[in-house]
Amino acid sequence: MSFSAIIFYILSAVILGSGLLAVTSRKIFRSAIYLLGSLVGIAGLYFWMEVEFIAAVQIVVYVGGIVVLIIFSIFLTQQSGLEMPRTPGGRNFAAVLASIFGCALASMLIYHHGFAATEVPFDSDVARIGTQMLNTGAGGYVLPFETVSMLLLAAMIGCIVIALRTSPEQK
Amino acid sequence: MSEIPLTHILLVSTALFFIGMYGLFTRRNLITMLMAIELMLNSVNINFVAFNKYLYPENLDGIFFTIFIITIAAAEAAIAIAIIIHLYRNHKSIDVEDADNLKF
Repeated sequence: MSFSAIIFYILSAVILGSGLLAVTSRKIFRSAIYLLGSLVGIAGLYFWMEVEFIAAVQIVVYVGGIVVLIIFSIFLTQQSGLEMPRTPGGRNFAAVLASIFGCALASMLIYHHGFAATEVPFDSDVARIGTQMLNTGAGGYVLPFETVSMLLLAAMIGCIVIALRTSPEQK
Repeated sequence: MSEIPLTHILLVSTALFFIGMYGLFTRRNLITMLMAIELMLNSVNINFVAFNKYLYPENLDGIFFTIFIITIAAAEAAIAIAIIIHLYRNHKSIDVEDADNLKF
């Protein structure tokens, strides 16, 4: 087994292990920190696949933005040291069963499909990404780019409007 | 690099997706449900990048889909947290079982 294969399996173990802890930990703050570990592991997987731009975006947006936002909202809305109530046994059992069956079905489909491997080297140069992103010709992504910028503007204004509204008692 | 087949990367992302689904089914706290959704979105992103790299290395479409999914996930998380904070001000709780004003 080569060095890069070992790195891949270590990264997979980090992603899956901390992901599992993030959804099962009963202290919400620990759960957020495990989510952080899983997201950093995914960024490492992108580095391993040599798509450095996506890895950087993953670290900046998820680790630097979303997880910090989640931790802020944990501190604003509840005592982070308290344990969350235990999931009822019946619902837990049903969820485990559904997840395992779904995972087994999807894994079986993937395993039996057999993907044709190509040997063309992958070039994810940032200059190439930028040129195609703002290209108006065939295969250009300028329309989704503009649409998503409008979406971000709408989301920003919506967040301000929702979070600034005073509660009924304060009126 | 080449000795890891695409199948193994897809198996990792499948497992991550169903871990997120398990979290979404069992948790009843809005913030932890949001975390489970983030895990599911990330597993989809891994799939897009892996398919782009291994099957269509001459195109870049998988990378663009990943970038747009990350953007939309950020907008979604921001909106969700604004709603959660507003809900907490009105109900003093962010448990989904307590938000039953529209139920009859």
